[in-house]
Amino acid sequence: MSVDAATVRRIAQLARIAVTDAEVPHLQGELNAMLAFVEQLSEVNVEGVEPMTSVTPMAMKKRQDVVTDGDIADDIVKNAPMTENNFFLVPKVVE
Amino acid sequence: MTATSGKLMKGATGDWEVVIGMEIHAQVTSKSKLFSGASTAFGGDPNTHVSLVDVAMPGMLPVINEECVRQAVRTGLGLNAKINLRSVFDRKNYFYPDLPQGYQISQYKDPIVGEGEITVELDGGKTATIGIERLHIEQDPGKMLHDQSPSLSYIDYNRCGVALMEIVSKPDIRDAEQAKAYVTKLRSIMRYLGTCDGDMEKGSLRADVNVSVRKPGGPLGTRCEIKNINSISFIGQAVEAEARRQIEIIEDGGVIEQETRRFDPDKGETRSMRSKEEAHDYRYFPDPDLLPLEFDQAFVDALKAALPELPDQKKARFIADLGLSPYDASVLVAERESAAFYESVLEALSDRARDGKLAANWVINELFGRLNKEGRDISSSPVSASQLAAIVALIGEGTISGKIAKDLFEIVWSEGGDPRELVESRGMKQVTDLGAIEKVVDEIIAANPDKVAQAKAKPQLAGWFVGQVMKSSGGKANPQAVNDLLKSKLGI
Repeated sequence: MSVDAATVRRIAQLARIAVTDAEVPHLQGELNAMLAFVEQLSEVNVEGVEPMTSVTPMAMKKRQDVVTDGDIADDIVKNAPMTENNFFLVPKVVE
Repeated sequence: MTATSGKLMKGATGDWEVVIGMEIHAQVTSKSKLFSGASTAFGGDPNTHVSLVDVAMPGMLPVINEECVRQAVRTGLGLNAKINLRSVFDRKNYFYPDLPQGYQISQYKDPIVGEGEITVELDGGKTATIGIERLHIEQDPGKMLHDQSPSLSYIDYNRCGVALMEIVSKPDIRDAEQAKAYVTKLRSIMRYLGTCDGDMEKGSLRADVNVSVRKPGGPLGTRCEIKNINSISFIGQAVEAEARRQIEIIEDGGVIEQETRRFDPDKGETRSMRSKEEAHDYRYFPDPDLLPLEFDQAFVDALKAALPELPDQKKARFIADLGLSPYDASVLVAERESAAFYESVLEALSDRARDGKLAANWVINELFGRLNKEGRDISSSPVSASQLAAIVALIGEGTISGKIAKDLFEIVWSEGGDPRELVESRGMKQVTDLGAIEKVVDEIIAANPDKVAQAKAKPQLAGWFVGQVMKSSGGKANPQAVNDLLKSKLGI
């Protein structure tokens, strides 16, 4: 499996990363090198092997239904470029 | 499973069948969010019910709320669905300001609940079975306000991260009525279970409706998805409007484009929401921050054993034990609060077998009728369950007539008081003393010899006498006794 230049631009677009035309060939090479590395896995026969989700057998950790957090609106919006009354403000987005 | 056929729509080229599938987003009833300890309470100040997890600050990790898992399983059981003992959380990747993570934690290939089905009530006592494809758990996004400024959107993440259940139906729905009945029934089941409050005005329940049209029995047409409809009557209107639009396009020789649309209730039409951007590509993959969600059958069985009686079971019990008609039973069980009120009335009746059915009539016709007229709901009823039970018992035991009972209901509604005492103090008791009734009958017969002659010739005119006797007794004479007496006295 390998990616072409158009796919590289599309991945960049989906990830909202600005990529100039000049950068595309370099990124395409890097991505294809990674894909080739991962491709080695297809040489292994995994017929009937359950996918492993954790190295040590463990159960998902769960919380009780208790309110333990919140009321920190000032902290929540602290890094925001624009706020008003603890709302985040962003350039208008309407679908 | 086969869908119940619905109302066909007329077009210039003949009849069209509408095929509908729905995705319902139901907010899970819980105190804290799905993956953080922030509150789920509605309507706090902006960003006060938000933790650093909800806004995806670096290093924050999700930990699942076990109550949300239980609620999803309960709901699955209420939908008669297969519960999956192992399910997986995936990331649905997209960038939009309502979701700071850049992805929604959802379930894709392995949802917590699989196939099920529910029975929905249609007009005229008919029912239809609608298949459930799946139910999965995911995060609600935050709320965006667009009308505060011409150039900016205001964002509040209080809702962000609250647990949602997305319930996907099979494309078994065939018309607007079935679509509305489906949402009504889902809402009812979840409200009985206490897993979602079903408050559509607050956005606790939202529907995405997939609509396509075809010639009856023909191949499926291309579907359009109408997003985020927040009222049951709008769902019906949106289905009709969208089906009509598609029929017109096809009959004019056009082609339906698969797209996302929005329903405008003011104009009664659907509009394309297509943004300039290309189609979404969510690139789902298993969330590496979360292990698979696993539990055993004993966990499911314990939840199942503790489920409350659901509307279908309650309806069946009302029909079997109290002899209610299926229609009356459906009306009573549709809302949890109505059913609870009726059951409190039953509780207060000393002779349930005798008066249970009469009580149902009174709750539905007199009480609900009056509440509707005044735009009130059952929780603010001025007549309590025990007062209504007393009125019904007074009729059942023959102390008052049905007609007087309506007057009594009026008094209790506007003035309150103990119905039994009111009947005593205001002299509303039905007169069953034959002597007293006979006296009135004799007087009226004596005063109207011409009417007597007419009634002897035409027995149906005896009704006039019944009316006169009831009138002069203030409605308190036992109608059966009056009839019997008149018949013998007039010799008809």
